[in-house]
Amino acid sequence: MSILTALARAEAVESGRAQPLTTVRHTHVAERPLVLVPLSLAGEAAAPLAAIVGTDPGEPRLLVVANPRDRTQRFDFVAELARVVLSYVDGCARSVDTGAGGTKLRYAEAPQVIVPNRGGVEFVRLLGRSTRFRRPFGPYPVHRTVPILGQWLTFLRERADHPGSSMLLAMTSVLSEHWATGQSGLEDANLAALLGWIDPPGDLDGAGAAALAEDPLRSPPAGPSTDPTFDNEILAPALAAVARSIDDFARERALAALTAAVADQMRPTWDLTWQAVRLLRTRPAGASVETRWAMDRDVFTMYHMALAEGTALPQPRRDSAVAAAGRLDRLEREQARYDAQRALDDPLVMAEFRLSGEAFTGTVVAASPNRVDTSGKKAALRPHITVQTDDPVRLEPGAHLVSPARLAQQATVVSVSSVDVVLELSKGMGRSTKQPAPGSVPEVGDRVTYGPVTDAYQPPGRFPSRDDTPWTHGGPPPVIEYHASDNDAVEDWS
Amino acid sequence: MSGVIESILSDFGSAAGRGVVVDSPPGAGKSTLVVRAARTLAEAGERLMVVAQTNEQVDDLIDRLATAAPNLAIGRLSASTYVPAQRVVKHGTVTVSGAVSDMNASAVTIGTAAKWATVTDGSWERAIVDEAYQMRSDMLLRVAGRFSRALFVGDPGQLDPFSVVAVERWAGLSWDPMQSAVAVLLRHNPDLPVHRLPVSWRLPPSAASVVSAAFYPFTPFEAGTKPADRRLEFSARALGGDHGLDATLETARRTGWALHELPARHTVRTDREAVAAIADLVTRLLQRGPVAYSEHAPDGRPVTVDRVAVGAAHRDQVAAIRQALAGTVAADVTVDTANRLQGREYDVTVILHPLSGRRDASAFHLEAGRLCVLASRHRHACVVVARAGIAELLDTHPSAEPVHLNVPVRFPDGWEANQAMLAHLSGDH
Repeated sequence: MSILTALARAEAVESGRAQPLTTVRHTHVAERPLVLVPLSLAGEAAAPLAAIVGTDPGEPRLLVVANPRDRTQRFDFVAELARVVLSYVDGCARSVDTGAGGTKLRYAEAPQVIVPNRGGVEFVRLLGRSTRFRRPFGPYPVHRTVPILGQWLTFLRERADHPGSSMLLAMTSVLSEHWATGQSGLEDANLAALLGWIDPPGDLDGAGAAALAEDPLRSPPAGPSTDPTFDNEILAPALAAVARSIDDFARERALAALTAAVADQMRPTWDLTWQAVRLLRTRPAGASVETRWAMDRDVFTMYHMALAEGTALPQPRRDSAVAAAGRLDRLEREQARYDAQRALDDPLVMAEFRLSGEAFTGTVVAASPNRVDTSGKKAALRPHITVQTDDPVRLEPGAHLVSPARLAQQATVVSVSSVDVVLELSKGMGRSTKQPAPGSVPEVGDRVTYGPVTDAYQPPGRFPSRDDTPWTHGGPPPVIEYHASDNDAVEDWS
Repeated sequence: MSGVIESILSDFGSAAGRGVVVDSPPGAGKSTLVVRAARTLAEAGERLMVVAQTNEQVDDLIDRLATAAPNLAIGRLSASTYVPAQRVVKHGTVTVSGAVSDMNASAVTIGTAAKWATVTDGSWERAIVDEAYQMRSDMLLRVAGRFSRALFVGDPGQLDPFSVVAVERWAGLSWDPMQSAVAVLLRHNPDLPVHRLPVSWRLPPSAASVVSAAFYPFTPFEAGTKPADRRLEFSARALGGDHGLDATLETARRTGWALHELPARHTVRTDREAVAAIADLVTRLLQRGPVAYSEHAPDGRPVTVDRVAVGAAHRDQVAAIRQALAGTVAADVTVDTANRLQGREYDVTVILHPLSGRRDASAFHLEAGRLCVLASRHRHACVVVARAGIAELLDTHPSAEPVHLNVPVRFPDGWEANQAMLAHLSGDH
């Protein structure tokens, strides 16, 4: 925990309200997100019990499995869920972004699925894992939409690993990135308690609202795991009543009772999630949120088209050595870029760097915008500026910095004293070698910030091809001629 | 010692097997082995590839190798932004270039793993991978295509490589890219011979036994020196000043270890009192005019600013300590994080305990390698500065990392190693 976060948490305790950690919103919130609150049955890894899903807070769609242990009923439920999710996904692919330059096609929208917490993200992974390898033919066939839903859920879950992606969001994570509460990180994983701190109802303070949220009758767990007391006292009898029912009439009554009981468990979470969506919408979006969302839309466009054409890459159970290394390389570059963009978009995030002496804000007290460096082969425009600052600067001469106001320009530290920093500027000043373009060099009196982060493109690492996997990593993976068999469903642990 | 090296070289030189792994505890002569192996192979007429992890390590290695073998043509593969260090340039036999095609005349080509990963052609029969436990396995994947067989040398007790992204996707896979190069290598090639250097020439007997028991529980090592070989004396008497500081320094002088304990308190990372205590200890130490007597200098050698180091867990702590030392006699003392101190050696070290003043014990702060690096940089004495209450903190935070299938258990466990170190520090000497 950084000092600023610690301070914000202390202030949250003192004031009784969560404190903002950012000045802007760094996560894209779609116009029409799909909120999904899943519940699973205790005792099995991914046995869906129920889900509440939809794009309109006033029109939740409730899906319930009468007997979650019955595989046929389970995949009937998945097919129902697939209808909702796939029609939403296809709806996002209906219009094309006309503003995008170049020849690349990009859809105007992309799916944004919001689950209440990290457990929901894990549930999406498990459900995708258990459905994407099923087939609509052969033994135990399923509805044809089931494997397609599995592919989309797997796609969404994989995107959730990418820093800065907003296609699958865990609401508690998004909120904790934007607000600091007066409770522990573990308690922040409870959506009701977290929202209690951020937006307490009535005249309650954060701690009071969070304490109320601990009552499972008032705020049932946000899933996918259910409250054990609910399991024992309500769910088990309700499931037994459905199983015991002797005729259609009794069964219908028992089902209605089960549905009502499960709906009571999920409805508060549904409302809280939408409340959080509204809260996030009230904050202005950061400058690079749109860029990152465009990246999400690009990835979505490619996958949607590949799936339609039948050229989508398989989603194997595990990555090969080369694929794993390549993916990690990509994730690390995206993480660096996301961290940089947040600092450049948000003075409060940059303040962390200022506190540690890696960045500073100050006033330009001297500038020589026409300074030319003639020491190299070609004379080059290299203006100097002197910035007076009160920040505790801990920079060495030679360090490269960037200003959020002038991203294309590079600044090199020439000298540092206790009161000011002298910077040499290069790039981003137009074509002239004598006169910088107007406004490209800060003038005396300007307030400027310089920090160590840049969102410049980093080239990907170079990796051997799969067939050239070296002996240190087990050599090239064997090519297996695939024949479908009953053993396909066998897992390592079964 | 030479016996072990002979058998390593004969294993590596033999036609059988694709690799040899050498585990080396702190200060056990790893660099000596690398230089010796490089020299032996190069003198036998073989073109050799050497992979190190940082530019600093590459430069150190080149300096040592060029000094040991003044006629050897050495190539230093480097990025375009690299400014050749003085200790590299002074050897006329070293070619510095960014292109591997300029190295055709070099018997030994040395570069960082990151630079080697950009080389797409050429292949070497043999390679030496230095500090292989600091290397991540995805980096090994990128460079392994360049060589047929390799000698992997490193210290298994030091810090594991890390990633800025937290993804559990590959946990349990034998080629998990987040694991160290040696871990992945040995899981795919379990038959490779693993040698151990059994003697630490750096750590004094007072430290070798403690570090060995805490951090190398199943691969113990000994000190190469006798208790009588190492001695620390102060040439200036303690007059006035803080008695607490002098008592701590006296304990460290006498026993090789000292725990400078501050009152229990939860603090922010840059604990002002702890930082001030470290600054006071270091300046007091230098004012007392310490002299180190060892097998290298039986008549004593003054412990100067460059022979003292301060270690901490976080960069902001390092910055705060540097600021506290600025303007004192200790202004030029090395202050760095555990990551940066790996592989370095000093006479006396002062370290800020990673768990000092903390409210919780996270995996980062419990990592055995972090404490191991900090507690094994010294030839004579190590002073640990910590808030009281670490034992209780450890007891309330047993390691609770998720357990994954197929992931080999790592030894030592950070929690246990921390307890062992603390028990020794707070016990009677």
